[in-house]
Amino acid sequence: MDMRTPLALAANNGHIPRDIAKIDAPLAVRGMTVSYGEKPAIFSVDATFEAGKMTAIIGPNGAGKSTLLKAALGVIPSLSGEVSVFGNPLGVARDRIAYVPQRASVDWDFPTTVIDVVMMGLYRKTGLLSRLTGAHRAHAMACLDRVGMADFADRQIGQLSGGQQQRVFLSRALAQEADLYLLDEPFAGVDAATERAIIDVLAGLKADGKAVVCVHHDLATVSRYFDNVFLINVRRIAEGPVTAVFTPENLHATYGGRLATSHIDQLDLVAGA
Amino acid sequence: MGAEFVQFSLTPILIGILASIACALPGNFLVLRKQALIGDAISHVVLPGIVVAFLITGSVAALPMLLGAAGAAIVAVILIEAIKRLGNIEPGAAMGVAFTSLFAGGVLLLEQSDTSSVHLDVEHALMGNLESLIWFKAQGWSSLWDLEALAALPHELGRIAVVCALVIVLTVIFWRPLKISTFDESFAQALGLPVGAIGFGLVVTAAVAAVAAFDAVGSIIVIAMFICPPAAARLMTNRLETQVTWSIVFATLSAILGYVFAGYGPLWFGAQNAVSAAGMIATVSGIILALACLFGPYRSRIGVGREEAA
Repeated sequence: MDMRTPLALAANNGHIPRDIAKIDAPLAVRGMTVSYGEKPAIFSVDATFEAGKMTAIIGPNGAGKSTLLKAALGVIPSLSGEVSVFGNPLGVARDRIAYVPQRASVDWDFPTTVIDVVMMGLYRKTGLLSRLTGAHRAHAMACLDRVGMADFADRQIGQLSGGQQQRVFLSRALAQEADLYLLDEPFAGVDAATERAIIDVLAGLKADGKAVVCVHHDLATVSRYFDNVFLINVRRIAEGPVTAVFTPENLHATYGGRLATSHIDQLDLVAGA
Repeated sequence: MGAEFVQFSLTPILIGILASIACALPGNFLVLRKQALIGDAISHVVLPGIVVAFLITGSVAALPMLLGAAGAAIVAVILIEAIKRLGNIEPGAAMGVAFTSLFAGGVLLLEQSDTSSVHLDVEHALMGNLESLIWFKAQGWSSLWDLEALAALPHELGRIAVVCALVIVLTVIFWRPLKISTFDESFAQALGLPVGAIGFGLVVTAAVAAVAAFDAVGSIIVIAMFICPPAAARLMTNRLETQVTWSIVFATLSAILGYVFAGYGPLWFGAQNAVSAAGMIATVSGIILALACLFGPYRSRIGVGREEAA
């Protein structure tokens, strides 16, 4: 049996155990294929995301970044593929996952308050009918406080700025007290202060040994924010530590002609391997 | 407010209130899911289903009516898919075509078949027969404790009361999943909530409310109550719990005021005859919505956040 850690396996691009039952990583995906129409959105993708690390999913528009997350969570149906969460099937380990969808995917006119949205993160604990207690509310308030939104608890969510809405979404994920955090473009359209606040919270989660996975757009911040990177363009291009995988060659392979060489040169990249 | 009120007005008002609430409750979620027209569609599809069920069974009992409506809904879904694919038409247009055609077919069926023995004709399909649902045996308020008189209550009252209670219970039990999946569907799915089943259950509940209400109050009220009270309630608050409460208040208010205006309104203006209670109830709910649009405290938020989020 292969005794190397998932990191070593993942970094050793291409040599990945096909038997998903042998992987105890927070999230492992094998052979995932999703199609919205004739053409596959992602094709036979393998991915392994590690605990205590922040991983960026990087790729051009339409490369299937969000699709990979959604398919792994069962939010959208996949044509084929296996998912393992901490070595278990998704259904068994769902409670250990917190998912933050794209902010633009919901209607912020919905009649609800900030604290109400955070309490939605408690659903797996409270179920259908059990009463929400003062302890639940205190927990939700503490989660709001961690993203600096405690003062906004009773605001209607439509009255928030884009950055504040994103922080509320992150706060709802914190309320779930999960071990694996999957965030779909958490930095899209947010102000610098919010970006800082989100990164601080995510870094805190990482320090606690949680796994954090973000669909990410800004190539310039990859090296600063993330430990690992997963490059995708319908197929998996590469995955592993930023220092090893975030190379001009891999970026060219991911973006093709869509990324000018001059642009790549400005990035804080590892020298060509 | 004596014996005459109990005999002639109490049961129609109660039926009006219960039917309005039964439709308004699921209407809240349909409106928030931007599926308000599903209520409209349901009330259209129900008609041919009910007529066919009556033609087959010869009765207007609850079960055949429900089965007929369900059958019609399935036919509608198949029709919509067929029109969409064969005609290459957008879903909204396909729905519009299917539902109006089915409703029109129901009207033709009604005209051609002998339904004179029961309250099933075009007029009743549209406006119900609220005014005729009187409590013959009632002698006054004391009849409320008289078992014999209670037994003679119009059967529509019992049916809509059961359905209204069922709708309330379902709304309370499934409040959290409904709220979460209506607000953020992909988050709900990630939690493992059966989002498809929740949406389907909501539509089925709305359909059951529509069928029960249809019999007593006609399709005009059903369409109005799915949309007007929830839409007006949304303009009164920014909290879902409060919105649903307001929608119940507005539904009740529409039923009472509508019935009173229909019975006495024309007299105030010197006219001789009362007008259709169902028509007036729907009109009042529309007026309440108009007033909420003009004076509701939270009307300015509608449609603003969306641009920001885009």
